[in-house]
Amino acid sequence: MKRVAVIGVGLTKFGELWDVSFSQLFVEAGTAAINDAGIDGSDVDALYVGNMSGGRFIDQEHISCLIADYAGLTPIPATRVEAACASGGLAVRQGVMAILSGMHEVVVVGGVEKMTDLSTERTTQTLATASDSEWEAFMGMTFPGLYAMMARRHMHEYGTTREQLAMVAVKNHENALHNPYAQFHSRITVEQVLASPLVADPLRLLDCSPITDGAACVVLTSEERAREFTDSPVYITGSGQASSTIALHSRERVSFVDATYNAGREAYARAGREPGDVQVAEVHDAFTIGEILAIEALGLVEVGAGGRATEEGETSIGGRIPVNTSGGLKAKGHPVGATGVAQVVEVVLQLRGEAGGRQVDAEVGLTHNVGGSGGTAVVHILER
Amino acid sequence: MGMMSVPRFWRNTKARYLMVGRRCRRCGQVYFPPRNLCRRCRRRGELEEVRLSGRGEVYSFTVIRTPPVGFERSAPYVMALVKLEEGPMVTAQLADVEPERVRIGMRVRSVFRKIQEDGEAGLIYYGFKFVPVDEDDVQGE
Ligand SMILES: [Zn+2]
Repeated sequence: MKRVAVIGVGLTKFGELWDVSFSQLFVEAGTAAINDAGIDGSDVDALYVGNMSGGRFIDQEHISCLIADYAGLTPIPATRVEAACASGGLAVRQGVMAILSGMHEVVVVGGVEKMTDLSTERTTQTLATASDSEWEAFMGMTFPGLYAMMARRHMHEYGTTREQLAMVAVKNHENALHNPYAQFHSRITVEQVLASPLVADPLRLLDCSPITDGAACVVLTSEERAREFTDSPVYITGSGQASSTIALHSRERVSFVDATYNAGREAYARAGREPGDVQVAEVHDAFTIGEILAIEALGLVEVGAGGRATEEGETSIGGRIPVNTSGGLKAKGHPVGATGVAQVVEVVLQLRGEAGGRQVDAEVGLTHNVGGSGGTAVVHILER
Repeated sequence: MGMMSVPRFWRNTKARYLMVGRRCRRCGQVYFPPRNLCRRCRRRGELEEVRLSGRGEVYSFTVIRTPPVGFERSAPYVMALVKLEEGPMVTAQLADVEPERVRIGMRVRSVFRKIQEDGEAGLIYYGFKFVPVDEDDVQGE
């Protein structure tokens, strides 16, 4: 496909931001991205916003209009994109398609979620709406529960160990120490993960991404126009998206995420790249097992070898293929609608050489965002 | 999920109370939970009702310790993917078993039980759970 340039990126601090409202979050990230791009609000032709559940988290629908209004971007077209935790990644893809179609020339893509206004029970219930409400959530299933059953099956089929799952969390917390926007700046050990409270066996509290408020934003334009604005554009060279069954129980396998595989295959083909070309990756580690499933289905490691690769440091900074240098969803935080956009922000910073203490040497990066237990997946390839 | 409306629950009672699924006359695929379109044959498929035996085995499982609204009084409870002998897999609670005794491959059968309570509306929802088939696996009194 033709390349689409990312000319600006912006983030808010991720965390429990009780004093910041939903619209404030978006405006902060959007302003940062527009400043970074060196453009003016009047240059923006269209807005896409990834948001999972404003309706349940803050009793607010019609998010696209709210954001355009508070960001001072009316009357441009503003569109909300929703696919549970993959909302942000899908919003990026909508922006890419808007540029590629020629319909718009400068597009702002944001993602935002305000999660900490609800009780833990209500948040758990809201996240479970990303599953099949009538046949998973109704039966008492939760989101950590779904990933726990995937983890148990992966351990059964491939011998993945409890300790290897913990090592994903340890690595991502280590990476987040160098990310000023991350929710957590705390080093953890395998022993601490294994001693943390069980949430859904075999997954423990420190296997799970936290509940987070935050927003992320990118500015996209065509390759032709990019040089007007910046000398260092990063290009989105491939985009892939796939669907699968909404319920985990309807899939042939639960130890392999077919939507991730299919989205990855499309993105690699569009970019003319192979898994071996990827030098840095932000993948969907909502739970530690999620990162292992992701790197396997994306072809970054062999199927079944994700746990061992993590244990051997292959996915650490300095390893063969650094994964989740930002700290990932686990330690950077997971404001669900913002996550897919924030992943693009991280890879752009890495490819520009602006990732500070977590910088790796990379020219080709990948982002991978999942909705639900794998009902939606979206993958982007970025190159400088 | 809590607060499921009465009509929404009622639409599914045949499946929830009697484990009635669908079978495609064209390709033989059995669907449970029921669907009204065969995923393989799509509009060429022809679905008929089929009552399932309720027998199967545990494909994977977990113990929910952080429950959603409506399940606060049940936690901790065992949830499983149960592979039914007719082919489909279903998500359900396991009852009458100690979490430590659950294992992949354990044989189970369906029973009719209370699933959840909606405290605000005062509704109680019923449906199927699974219990161990082998006496040794059943939790003692
Ligand atoms: Zn059929």
